[in-house]
Parts: sequence; structure tokens; C-alpha cells
Amino acid sequence: MVDQLSPLAPVLTPGRQGQGPMGVVLAEIAPGSIVQVAAWAGQESALIAIVRDATGLALPDGAGGGIATDTKAAFGFAPGKFLLADQEEGLAAALPKAVTSALGTVTDLSHGRTVIRISGTRAEWVLAKFFAIDFSLPALPVGAGLSTVHHDIFAQIQRSGADQFDIYVFRSFARSFWKSLCHASEEVNYEVR
Amino acid sequence: MIITCPYCGPRDSSEFVYQGEDGRTRPDPASTDQAAWNAYVYDRVNTAGEHEEIWQHSGGCRAHLRLVRNTLTHKISSVSMARHATVPRRRRKAETPA
Ligand SMILES: [Zn+2]
Repeated sequence: MVDQLSPLAPVLTPGRQGQGPMGVVLAEIAPGSIVQVAAWAGQESALIAIVRDATGLALPDGAGGGIATDTKAAFGFAPGKFLLADQEEGLAAALPKAVTSALGTVTDLSHGRTVIRISGTRAEWVLAKFFAIDFSLPALPVGAGLSTVHHDIFAQIQRSGADQFDIYVFRSFARSFWKSLCHASEEVNYEVR
Repeated sequence: MIITCPYCGPRDSSEFVYQGEDGRTRPDPASTDQAAWNAYVYDRVNTAGEHEEIWQHSGGCRAHLRLVRNTLTHKISSVSMARHATVPRRRRKAETPA
């Protein structure tokens, strides 16, 4: 496979910013596979079953439902559409064998999205500066995902832990968004890993 | 104004793009009927009150939605997926018998 190059490489400098306790940790998680799958109307359950067989992830039915493990993630972000990520490469090559054209579509976004992870006790607070979304645990349970936008930057966000969110942005906007995220995190102190 | 997307939940209206009145019928693309095209492009009911209209959740799930919004109060009484629209559409002005 073609090596993935991070658009954040010139600006991602590990280290601590600020004095005292760190409110958030920022990191790039760089999955080897990022794939969007979509089901034609009426084929949603069949697609969810295929995702389960291909990735081992049991996607809950329902708007924005999702699941995340240490190495894999899946969530719904629009009616009949799901985003899948795997630290391993190869998902985009494997899925089209199962997702036939009668069932839906597979789009390889592995080089098209950058995934930024924000975690820590102040993660909800920092995200609330960007998005008019209720990030509280009851409104967005662990595993659940959503689509939203920060000005012109589209973002798909999955809560991958109680205090942890993975933000998928277009790679061409990733460096700009990363810098904004760093600025917004200054107030609470942040560590880049 | 907040629009409650059936998929995404309540979102600020800045995430949505207005796509005009619902119920417009596009003439056959091969048609050269000037009156029909004129009506399609320009004629609007311009309701003062309950208004049936199409929005796209462009900054979210990207689905097209069918709203009933009161143009006097901005109160939204109904939001549904446009592709599942089941509410009978009102007659257009142009379709009203003379
Ligand atoms: Zn939506």
C-alpha cells in the first residue's frame, strides 16, 4: 500500500503546554483503514451484518449508533451510512467483496481523512467551543457518532471513551483544525502525544 | 432557529441549506413549454403561515428534509425525511383551476 503521510507532521510536536494539570490530551490516531459504507434503502440490516462479519464490530441499529475498540471503530453518521476505521490496512480492499452493488457502496477514505483524538476531563468543554452539540454522556453515549460542521470544516465525531472523542476531518483541513484545537485547548492546558 | 433533524437531532439552522418550496413539479427536461418552465422557476405560493418546504442538512447527515414551518412565527410543526414524505401536498397556484 502507499504510505500514509500525515498533514499534521509539520505542526504536531509532542509535549506539554501550560502549567499544572493537563485538561486534555491531543493526538493523531492515524488508522490504516478508513472506509465509508452506505446501504441502499432497505438494505441497512444486511450491511450491518456484513460489517459485523468483516470487522467483528456489532453496530447497534439506530441513528448515530456505534462501537469502538482499541484498534477498530464503526458508527452511523447519516441514514444508511457508516464510517469504519481499523488500525490495520486492507478494509477497503476486503469489503467490496461482501458489499455488492445490489446492497450498497464502499468508499475508501484512508488517505482522505485525518483522525484527531481529544481526551481528558476537559474534552467536552473544548469541543463545545467548536460545535453546537450536546457532548454530555447521556446525549452522546460511548461508541455513538455524529456529523456536524465547524464553519466550513465538516467533522464526523465518535465518542470512543467516557472522556475521549475521535474527530474525522478532511485531510486538507486537518492542519488548520489541529491548530484551532490547540488554541482552544490552551485555556485548560494540553498535552500533545 | 433550531431544526430537529430526524436523524441528527436538534441542530442550529446554520447547519442547513434552504432548498425552496416543496411541491414544485419539474417539467420534462425535453419540454419546450415556456409557461410550464416559467411556473417551475418563478411561481411560488409565498404562504404567510404554514409553509411546506425542503431543507438539506448539509452540515450534518446531508439528508433532504421536508419541513412545515410557519413563516409568521418560524415555528416548525413537522420535520420528516423528504424521501419518506407522506403528507399530501397542497395544490400549487398554477394547478388551481381557473
Ligand atoms: Zn441530519
